[in-house]
Amino acid sequence: MSRRPLLRSAVAGLVVATLSAGALARDITLLNVSYDPTRELYQAVNAAFATQWKAKTGDTVTIRSSHGGSGKQARSVIDGLEADVVTLALARDIDEIGARAQLLPPNWQDRLPHRSTPTTSTIVFLVRKGNPKRLRDWPDLVKPGVSVITANPKTSGGARWAYLAAWGAAARAPGGSEASARDYIAKLYRNVPVLDSGARGSTVTFAERRIGDVLLAWENEAYLALQEFGTDNFEIVYPSASVQAEPSVALVDRNVDRHGTRAVAQAWLEFLYTPQAQEIAAKNHYRPTDPQIAARYAGLFPKIALFTVDDAFGGWANAHKTHFADGGVFDQVYTRH
Amino acid sequence: MTAGNSAAATFVGSAPGRPRAPLSRALLTRTSVLPGFDLSLGITLFALGLIVLLPLSAAFAKTATLSWPAFVDAAFSPRVLASYRLTFGASLAAASVSAAFGLLVTWVLVRYPFPGRRIVDALIDLPFALPTAVAGIALTALYADNGWVGRWLALAGVKVAYSPLGVFVALTFIGLPFVVRTVQPVLADLPTGIEEAAATLGASRAQTFARVILPALAPALLTGFALAFARAVGEYGSVIFIAGNLPMVSEIAPLLIVTKLEQYDYAGATAIAVVLLVAAFALLLAINALQARARRRESA
Repeated sequence: MSRRPLLRSAVAGLVVATLSAGALARDITLLNVSYDPTRELYQAVNAAFATQWKAKTGDTVTIRSSHGGSGKQARSVIDGLEADVVTLALARDIDEIGARAQLLPPNWQDRLPHRSTPTTSTIVFLVRKGNPKRLRDWPDLVKPGVSVITANPKTSGGARWAYLAAWGAAARAPGGSEASARDYIAKLYRNVPVLDSGARGSTVTFAERRIGDVLLAWENEAYLALQEFGTDNFEIVYPSASVQAEPSVALVDRNVDRHGTRAVAQAWLEFLYTPQAQEIAAKNHYRPTDPQIAARYAGLFPKIALFTVDDAFGGWANAHKTHFADGGVFDQVYTRH
Repeated sequence: MTAGNSAAATFVGSAPGRPRAPLSRALLTRTSVLPGFDLSLGITLFALGLIVLLPLSAAFAKTATLSWPAFVDAAFSPRVLASYRLTFGASLAAASVSAAFGLLVTWVLVRYPFPGRRIVDALIDLPFALPTAVAGIALTALYADNGWVGRWLALAGVKVAYSPLGVFVALTFIGLPFVVRTVQPVLADLPTGIEEAAATLGASRAQTFARVILPALAPALLTGFALAFARAVGEYGSVIFIAGNLPMVSEIAPLLIVTKLEQYDYAGATAIAVVLLVAAFALLLAINALQARARRRESA
């Protein structure tokens, strides 16, 4: 916690340094404040964008990225981290930046295509090689003796999507209802032995500490774990239904106007929708929204029934109030037995 | 009397019995041959205010934005109460173990010359320097069911990592140096002659320890205990990796503060912080009182 002021002054120093240098050499620096598992994606996207921008304008643009839990990142921006663009796990975290610090307008989601989500993702199961506990779909996870790893939905964006995926799948199953979903969630979290604060922490618990039979993971994070730890250790299981996760992106108006970086920041955001960036995203296992790219990479993304938060929960504000706010359903799972 | 607190003791001890003077004079006149009391007191109060009181009062001010029922709701819900029990319980247990084990370590370090003593002495400070996250990850790797230590404990049916016991282990690790470093100089100054004197007067070894050595060390030992305890109450970095963080079971109070912050509930977070602060302050005050009594008894 004590690292944040240091980070802030480091970033402030960086901004000052680049502003003074920019006047001479036309070097532009953008700060992208993002959530945990996007490091590899934005590294590739940024390199492609910098090349393209250099060819078009002659300016050298460096995009720096800060990664961490989505809620914590949003709070840093609210508290003064000078992000030019934010790319967070949930729209609600960007809403909070607008509501609490007035850094961007409330209609930010309408300013870019697809409600400001250039790519989507979903929640899948990562299981141990050979799937020894035969976990095929959501009902298998609440069987006695199954140990499930997921992060704390109160602090982790990915874990919130995982929670909503579990709830939605239970509620939308044949014969499902709100009561059955509540019951399912209670049983599911009774099978969770560790609640890490972020998605990466859960991956480490599952992959390196070898705790648990299944990890509820971002689709891209699951593939990353396969790459990192080898396909002979883990495999991915697609449940019959899951949530359509919509990580959102936005321009931070007040900051780009102060830095004079509006044009390039806007260009970067629009670049995310180009076929080139969409292809990079697809290769990093994010589901592209561009129909042509999506068709070309369809083999990478098994078709499963995906429901959105708007369809299944009436939007993030509702989902938050019912499930994640203090005293909400998630708290009740632990305080009422 | 060699502990760092001796100055405070004389300060308090010399107050009664002095001739009555106007309050300001009484406050500002002290017996020291060195001048500059006014200036140094001014600097002290200013620095304390800036570094300690200002941030703390900000926490109280933020909490004051809550209504009383909202405060009770934020700071005393069942889940938060469970975290207080764990935080204070594990901290007290860890500080006690650190005190007992730390005394032993200090004794060995001070009383027995052995090869490599300096290295062991330097090792004691490592928990001070190590980033707490590193400590947490290392302890988790050791004590997890597949870790070097954890796999043997698992055979015995003991689960350390991802349980309240893990919290205790992490807090003991970070607390030990506080005890060793506060007791060490006092013990070093305690002449071995008084042990020999006790023996010649017919004291058994247990009596020598309990009636001669322990009373002399008690104030420093209590200080070490209090420091270890205070540090443990606020510890976050190392604990979250090993605790498992299950609500009502292995969730520490500082984690709940962070959780509330992540939900943009700043006032709720400071409410828990204020309860922690007040409780820790009360406990430290009680320990200080105990310490003063021990010191009086020793000098009597």
